[in-house]
Amino acid sequence: MPLERATLVVVWTVTALVVLALLAPLVVTLVVSLSASSVFNLPPPALSFRWYERTLTLRELWPAVRLSVALALVSTAVSLVLGTLCAIALTRASFPGKTTLTTFMVSPLMMPGLVVGVALLSMLRELGLRDAWASLLIGHVVITLPYVTRTVLASLSLFDFTLIDAARTLGYSPARALVKVMVPVLAPAFLTSGLFAFLASLDNYPISIFLVDARNKTLPTLMLQYLEENPDPTIAAISSGLIVFTIVVLLVADRLVGLRRLAEF
Amino acid sequence: MSVAPVAVTAIAPRRAAVDRVAWLALPGVAYLAVGFAVPLALLLVTSVTRDGRLSVAGYAQFLADPFSWTVILNTLRVAFLTTVVCLLAGYPVAFALARARGPLQGVLLAALILPLSVGVVVKAFAWTILLRTDGLVNRALLVSGLVDTPLRLLFTEPGLVLGAANVFLPFMVLPVFSVVKLIDPRLTEAAATLGAGPLRRFVRVTLPLTMPGVIAGVAFVFSMSVSMYVIPTLLMGDRFKTLSILVARSFLFMRDRSLGSTVSVVLLAIAIAVVVTSALLARRWQPER
Repeated sequence: MPLERATLVVVWTVTALVVLALLAPLVVTLVVSLSASSVFNLPPPALSFRWYERTLTLRELWPAVRLSVALALVSTAVSLVLGTLCAIALTRASFPGKTTLTTFMVSPLMMPGLVVGVALLSMLRELGLRDAWASLLIGHVVITLPYVTRTVLASLSLFDFTLIDAARTLGYSPARALVKVMVPVLAPAFLTSGLFAFLASLDNYPISIFLVDARNKTLPTLMLQYLEENPDPTIAAISSGLIVFTIVVLLVADRLVGLRRLAEF
Repeated sequence: MSVAPVAVTAIAPRRAAVDRVAWLALPGVAYLAVGFAVPLALLLVTSVTRDGRLSVAGYAQFLADPFSWTVILNTLRVAFLTTVVCLLAGYPVAFALARARGPLQGVLLAALILPLSVGVVVKAFAWTILLRTDGLVNRALLVSGLVDTPLRLLFTEPGLVLGAANVFLPFMVLPVFSVVKLIDPRLTEAAATLGAGPLRRFVRVTLPLTMPGVIAGVAFVFSMSVSMYVIPTLLMGDRFKTLSILVARSFLFMRDRSLGSTVSVVLLAIAIAVVVTSALLARRWQPER
């Protein structure tokens, strides 16, 4: 059948091009970061680690990395607790407006980050909160919470709650039955949603830009500032560090839950 | 003795337990109410207040200015084109992903999930290198014979659409893939047995079954493209104005809270319209079970 063969050719050609286009930015960043040249020409004239060495001399960089990682860890932890509780209520309880509430709980994912950032900034300043760390944490939980709620909710909707009753029949206390039965079943959802929540916080620019101050800058805000001030391959070295970090995290996650599971983020 | 009283006592505590479970949602809901809904509501109030009084002057001024319409149209046009590119490129990839087996599927999944997980600042920066006149995109175009002279892509709208579509592509492919993998291949076989040609089989069987995924993907990509800020800043520079860039400029540089909140609400209204429309469409295309 010629039409079907033609379709297959189109499908796989498009797929090959898409894979190339998706990986090209990452490969180019890695190559440029290892180039001895200060202009971004490819292929690099010679290899060197000079841009990596330069990252050590950037005084603002390491505090920004520390701040971003700390923010991502704390906001992910808070979201895992709040999101899981919410997901349990949304699957188990029946109350009016449940569908609307579910939409509301995941809606920050679809709202413009800059607008959320601006709105939060105005409110926090009205309330007199000027601490950058606290403001950033409040803002970051708003974007990490929906990841957890959504994924745990999807996982719970497939969960057979009679298993908990079964565990109780076998002599477990209610709390113990819950932990013993539900936690292993939900573990992949915790890992997947926690991972994407962490990465979303680490990458957030639109909300953070309004909440950072001169002494507390997150990594993305600092990177964009560098790009506007003096774009040299140092930024490629920082980016490469982030890419390698992401690869390592994904390899671990693949070992634990598998890539197919991650695709359902 | 009848069974009924036993059944009643068995059901009664369970009902109470279910109602108590609803309270578990309270911390999370309260959090998003205070940290998300209330700030947005206050922003809306700011946008319709002038000198302490209710006024729509901000909107009247904004909508009367032809420049505003250029900004709105820029935003919607770039978002629309980005979504179309993502759909055209992403739809076939979702099928390839569902068809692939073993290591090939692993490679394809990794090629989607890795770029998805890397930050947008990193990818946008990489695209400023790829789109240069002597960059890889131009070299590929020259080698393939599609163009004779290198194109100017950086700081142009086609370059922006290309870069943005690339960044958002996984958000199109993965939702479509999640429905494609559930399609029973016997359905298209049955249609073939009944004499439907390949095109008819696609339009009548496959396409309707993939619509929930398409709607989710389009809603994702469109809402992200409407509100993107980092990508146009790096790929287009300051001269190109979208609603997001105007929001950032009016708050960060111009210190014009009135204009900023008005533009914010316009952008928010577009985002909410996308969410509501996609929810309505999703309901219409929900597979009957």
